[in-house]
Formats: sequence, C-alpha cells, structure tokens
Amino acid sequence: MISLGIFGIEPVVFAVVALLTGVALVGLALWIAKLISPRSYNPQKGEAYECGIPTRGSSMTRFHVGYYLFAILFLMFDVETVFLFPWAARMRALGGDALICVAVFFAILVLGLIYAWRKGALEWK
Amino acid sequence: MGNEQITIDNFGSWTASLDAMLNGIMPSWCATLLECVLVGVGLLLVYAVLALFYILYERKICAWFQCRLGPNRVGPWGLFQAFADMFKMLIKEIIELKNIDRFLFALAPYLVIIASMLCFAVLPWGNGLQIINFNIGIFFLIACSSIGVLGILLAGWSSNNKFTLIGALRSGAQMVSYELSVGLSILTMVAFAGTMDVEEIVMAQKDHWFIFSAHVPAIIALVIYLIAGTAETNRGPFDLPEAESELTAGYHTEYSGIHFGYFYLAEYLNLFIVSGVAALMFFGGWMPFQISGFDGFNHLMGYIPSVVWFLIKAFAISFVIIWFKWTFPRLRIDQLLKLEWKYLLPINLFNLVLMVIIVMQGWYIGAN
Repeated sequence: MISLGIFGIEPVVFAVVALLTGVALVGLALWIAKLISPRSYNPQKGEAYECGIPTRGSSMTRFHVGYYLFAILFLMFDVETVFLFPWAARMRALGGDALICVAVFFAILVLGLIYAWRKGALEWK
Repeated sequence: MGNEQITIDNFGSWTASLDAMLNGIMPSWCATLLECVLVGVGLLLVYAVLALFYILYERKICAWFQCRLGPNRVGPWGLFQAFADMFKMLIKEIIELKNIDRFLFALAPYLVIIASMLCFAVLPWGNGLQIINFNIGIFFLIACSSIGVLGILLAGWSSNNKFTLIGALRSGAQMVSYELSVGLSILTMVAFAGTMDVEEIVMAQKDHWFIFSAHVPAIIALVIYLIAGTAETNRGPFDLPEAESELTAGYHTEYSGIHFGYFYLAEYLNLFIVSGVAALMFFGGWMPFQISGFDGFNHLMGYIPSVVWFLIKAFAISFVIIWFKWTFPRLRIDQLLKLEWKYLLPINLFNLVLMVIIVMQGWYIGAN
C-alpha cells in the first residue's frame, strides 16, 4: 500500500520538489550575493589560506591510510544495517525462522568485528 | 483515550479542502503544479526561518552557559541579530580562488543543502503535515543524510588546501563511523515499531511514546543516538573537523561569503533534523503527551497544536545537544574512533538483541 502525502500527491513528487527547493535555495542566494556583493581582484587573494607563505606543491595529495581502513569497516557494517532494516520492520510477522536466519547473519558479523578488533584494525595508528 | 484528542488540528483536512478548492477553479495538472510550488516555497521559508532561529538560539544558550548576555543590541533580545548576520554574509565578497577544482568546489554546497532539505521534508511536522510520506520514510532519511558527507569531503578535497583536506577527512571518518551508530539505534527502534513509515511510527506512539513503552532498550538507544547524532553534526565535543586552533576552520576554510553560509546553514539545520528524528523515534513525533487514565489531562494536552508539540520536542533535544558542547572537552581523533568502534557499536549490537528479545517475549508496555 502506497500512502499519499499531503494534497494526495505521491511522495516521490515531493522528494523531487524538496530536491529542487534545495537547488533553488543555493542558486538564488548565490545569484543575489553575486549581484550585491563587492568585487575586487588581487592575485594574492586567490592563494590558499594556509600560513602566509606560498603553498608548496598540490594539496590534493595522498593521505593517511587509517581513514581508508575505517571507511572499509564502515562499509561492512553499514551494509549489514541495510540488510537488517527490512527484517526489523517485519520482525513480528516473520517470526521464529527468520529470527534464526538473522541470528546466523548477525553472528557472522559480530565475529567479523571481533576479528577486526583482534587484528588491531580499530586502533588509530 | 481515542482518536478525538489527536484530530483537533488535522492539517490533512485543511490541505484536502485547499486541494478541492484549487481543483475546482483550475485544471488538475495546474492545481498539482501550484501545490508543488506551494510546498516548495513553504519548505524554503521554514528552512530559512528555522536556520535563523537556531543561530540565535545557540548564541543565546552559549551566552547563558558562559554568564554572558549574548546578542542583545539588534532588536528586542537580539531577535534580529540572526537576520543581520545572514545579510552580512550575503553582501560579503565571494573570492575567486586559483588552483581549485571549480566544478567540485561549486557542487559541494549543493550536496550539503540538498541532503538537509530532503531530510527536512521527511520529518513529521504535524498531524497531516507529512510532506515526503514514503513507507520507508525513516530509511530514506538516513540515506539522504549520508549525502551530506559527500558534500563535506568534496569541499575539503576541491579547495586545494592542506587544512581543508585534513578537516574533510576527519569529518568524513567521524561522520561515517557515527552514522553506523545512528543507523543501528534507529534500527533498534524500527524493530520495536515494526514499520519504517514515519506516519505509522508517530501513530504507534498514540498511547505511550516509545521511550516509555520500550523502556530499557529505548533509553540505551536514545543515549547512543544522542551521542552519535552530536558527532554526526560535527558539534562539540566532536568538533574536530573544525578544530579552529589546528585547522583554521576545517573543510570550509576556503569558502567565503554566502558560499560559507550554506555550510553554516546546513550545520544548524542538521542539528534540528537530528533532534527531530530523536523526537520522532523516541518522543512520539508530533504526538501530545498522554497518560492513560487521566482523560482531562490528555484533553488539555491535545489542545496544543501538533506542530507546536513537534517543535518543542525538537528544541528541547537541541538544547541538550548544545549543552554537551559546553560540558565536555573536545576529543582526539583516536579517542573519537575508539568511542565509536569499541564502545558504541558493541553496545548497540547488544541493545538490538535485547530489543528483539523484549519484542518477541512481549515484555513491553502496550503488548497484547
């Protein structure tokens, strides 16, 4: 059953409306700001705001691998959450069999967390 | 107890009559278009007004915590301070930068604002004021809120500045980690509610809010949600991405004028959204406070409009989150990740199991 939003319009339409509203908010305010804000050009102004001396090299550079590790861990558990949501919404109706299936799935992921923990993947180095 | 208390201000009937009137005087495609524009303008206005209100709200509360007066010159009690701030931001120069990735730099604020606008429209504003009413509403909200991280990462990367890059990465690591806790604590409550439809979740809390009916696991989930929600919005004590003593301003250092204003706006709106979701999942959304048996009291509570109920709950939760900022010192990144992965996540998983046991055994209030 699809429940309708206000005015009896399908929610997808309103999702698009909200998206366009967001675009309009940014676009409009930017346009107004461009109209009324002052402009002055100076080559020094375009420099990166760092510490006063010219930047050395590109800043779009390699970064600490630790962030990557946590991103991978996040991916694992986030996908788990995504899988659990539909079951959670129908937990009462699905009953015991589904519960056992989910418990196995859940146990594997908990084992994964324990493994990552033992391996030291949760330490910030 | 009954339906009559909660239908005192049914916006659904107002919008239905407006819909009928519009359909009477113009073709139906025209009426639909006009209604969409109406909703869009309404969203825009409420979004802007709430952002301005939140700027003042936070500044006032911060001032009181520090025994100051806060803004008090512009208008009575500094009411127009936020307008002045916003106008100042609008007339600031937008500086053209060299060596940036122009496309991504321009795209980042759009992503941040769109993410918060979509979440904003999912919130249960009032009885019959559910704008985006998907049957997977709360899931949609979590999905949309994670788009904001992309905006922040892009902003930091495209600015071509070392500080912004570090700020963005810290922010990204923090937001994705704590998103997990937000997702899992909401999952716990969805397991209890048995639905992801925002309207049905609110309706299920007609007699008892979930915080009362699901007792222990709901309280654990609420505590985790509040901690994770504070981290999600990059607010103190989790404000490392913009640790100003180390990183100037974090990921939005290179943004100037109104361009910076969008991040500022989205940050306040995200605070409201986090509070709104807490109000929805634990404190009944727009549902008035009801004690079964006390009919007179329930009637009295029912006379307060649903929009007011929702806003009061959201503002109260926001107050607690602002309170955190002035109570706890800022964390280091290793402490931050340790808190999430070694404490919140295992507790959350355990809490989910506890909730499943309670639901399956019927050990909650309102079980039949």
